[in-house]
Amino acid sequence: MNDLNLQRRNFLKTSLGAAAVAIAPGLMLFKVAQAKGEGASSKVRWGMLIDTAQCKPGCNECVTACSRENGWVNENRPTDPQWIRKIEIKDISSGRELSLPMMCQHCENPPCVDVCPTNASMKRADGIVLVDKHRCIGCRYCMMACPYKARSFVHEPLHDQNPDVPRGKGTVESCTLCVHRIDNGQQPACAEACPNQAILFGDLNDPASAIAQKVKSVATTQVRADLRLNPGVRYQGL
Amino acid sequence: MSAYTSNQSRSPLYYTLLAIGVLVVLAGLYAVLLMEEHGHIITGMNNQIVWGMPHVFAIFLIIAASGVLNISSIGSVFNKPAYKARAPLAGLLSIAMLSGGLSVLMLDLGRPERIIVAATNYNPTSVFAWNILLYSGMFSAVALYLWTLMEQRMQPWSKPAGFLVFVWRFVLTTGTGVIFSFLVARQAYGTAILPPMFIVISFAWGMAVFHVVQSTIYAWNHLTLDEHVQKRMKNLMGVFVVAALYFVAAYHLTNLYFARQTEFERFILLNGGVYPLLFWGGYILLGNVLPLFLIYHPALGKSKCVIAASLLIILGGFALLYVLIIGGQAFPLSIFPGYQVSSSFGDGAIAHYQPSLWEMLLGAGGMGIAFVVTAIGIRVLDFVPREIPKAH
Repeated sequence: MNDLNLQRRNFLKTSLGAAAVAIAPGLMLFKVAQAKGEGASSKVRWGMLIDTAQCKPGCNECVTACSRENGWVNENRPTDPQWIRKIEIKDISSGRELSLPMMCQHCENPPCVDVCPTNASMKRADGIVLVDKHRCIGCRYCMMACPYKARSFVHEPLHDQNPDVPRGKGTVESCTLCVHRIDNGQQPACAEACPNQAILFGDLNDPASAIAQKVKSVATTQVRADLRLNPGVRYQGL
Repeated sequence: MSAYTSNQSRSPLYYTLLAIGVLVVLAGLYAVLLMEEHGHIITGMNNQIVWGMPHVFAIFLIIAASGVLNISSIGSVFNKPAYKARAPLAGLLSIAMLSGGLSVLMLDLGRPERIIVAATNYNPTSVFAWNILLYSGMFSAVALYLWTLMEQRMQPWSKPAGFLVFVWRFVLTTGTGVIFSFLVARQAYGTAILPPMFIVISFAWGMAVFHVVQSTIYAWNHLTLDEHVQKRMKNLMGVFVVAALYFVAAYHLTNLYFARQTEFERFILLNGGVYPLLFWGGYILLGNVLPLFLIYHPALGKSKCVIAASLLIILGGFALLYVLIIGGQAFPLSIFPGYQVSSSFGDGAIAHYQPSLWEMLLGAGGMGIAFVVTAIGIRVLDFVPREIPKAH
């Protein structure tokens, strides 16, 4: 009887030990995976200030840099994606002309996020508005809702994608503010590429940041401010 | 099965028509298959016109599906026997058109295979998400209502079920209108008049569809519609057409009064090419003036005139939706008010849209689904309206 109990005890000990050995690496990996994503901080509000006086007509460096960084190609067809574009504007009454880049304005109250039926359109805690390509069902309601026409729909199958920037046929996409670069401590590709330093990127919530100080000292404009969306992208000299 | 339908619905012509309907559905599914393989590049839709012909078909079917239930409501909620006799057919048509419309909407998605995500990741602030509940609830409510109408033991419940359908379809059409009225930045939308406008329009379109189907069933079975019933129903349709026209006029007149909207109105009503043509020629002339003439002229208003008027109202409906949905997107977004704008992304320019054969087939497939469901429904169950004695 005692022998039998001892055997049973040993068997249980060995089994538990084996189970622990089998599970431990998995648990460790789980911990590692969890630890990797620290998550965006709501203390930060990423934004951009675009100085229209420095933005030159005909210059397309920001657009080219974005296209290269994020792997989208525009061949000037109405079905091609454009995450960022240059707009030429002329004041009808005064005739004053300006050239400026237009992209997702990363609104504080984004209409695209409100209307998305599946929560695929979302705003990160640090103010970056993104599309979860795994959740997007391709209804395009966000494209209808965006006041800045900042979103594109992927009309064709995709090849040779950039692993840092997942995209998908049949889903909607837009400027991510180069979130993969920001999370690595870099600037968005457009800001870095601008030869005239017309795009100032930074944390609007940090009073010491260059962007916050500039926004405090010069007159800046939010496009369609009347809609009260509080975009994170502002324009100077508009 | 109905005694009326038993012989006629077994005729070779019935099966030929049903086969044509099935073929149209299959053609629509083939278009979906191609869109799935090649992407939306094979449609005429693009990054400027993001909703196209499939949405025109789908929204027509959904609005008409709601409006046709007016017949049931007048019967069950307002106790009019002539309409009560027609309530089951109205219910069937509603389910048929809702099936067709929703199939088109769903199959036009960029990723239709992910539709379940709409249930697993529900966004309560999205009108689209609300509509998922409203549309599926509508199916259940109408099915329940049909059960109370067609099962003797359940008939005492037909009034509360009819009331549920009555309320539900108001909310549903409001939800469909709200899809557009919540679009704050587009000049064609973003107005609270759209939901009530959609509701009144649904009455006219639903009635027109009902007239066409009812007349076909009566002619098929060599029956004659009671003249009194015919007169009452066609007059009611006329009232709905006028009421819908009033809302459309109010929508445009309000816009014309706002200086910021006059350019848009000039585009839609005057110099926008196909859009003014469809508005004045398609909606106003063919969809209103001509049908009203056919309905109310003392020498007209007989059976054939009512069918012609109904078909014209349906045609006008498509024209109005094309102008609202496609025209509304073709007019450029006002991103920089007061500025002349140009870019490589169509800023400041009128967007071009040429519907492709595939998206037309997808839309037609939705109509095909509505037809097949109706044809089979009438074949297997008793949906043919029969006058209740002393129906006045």
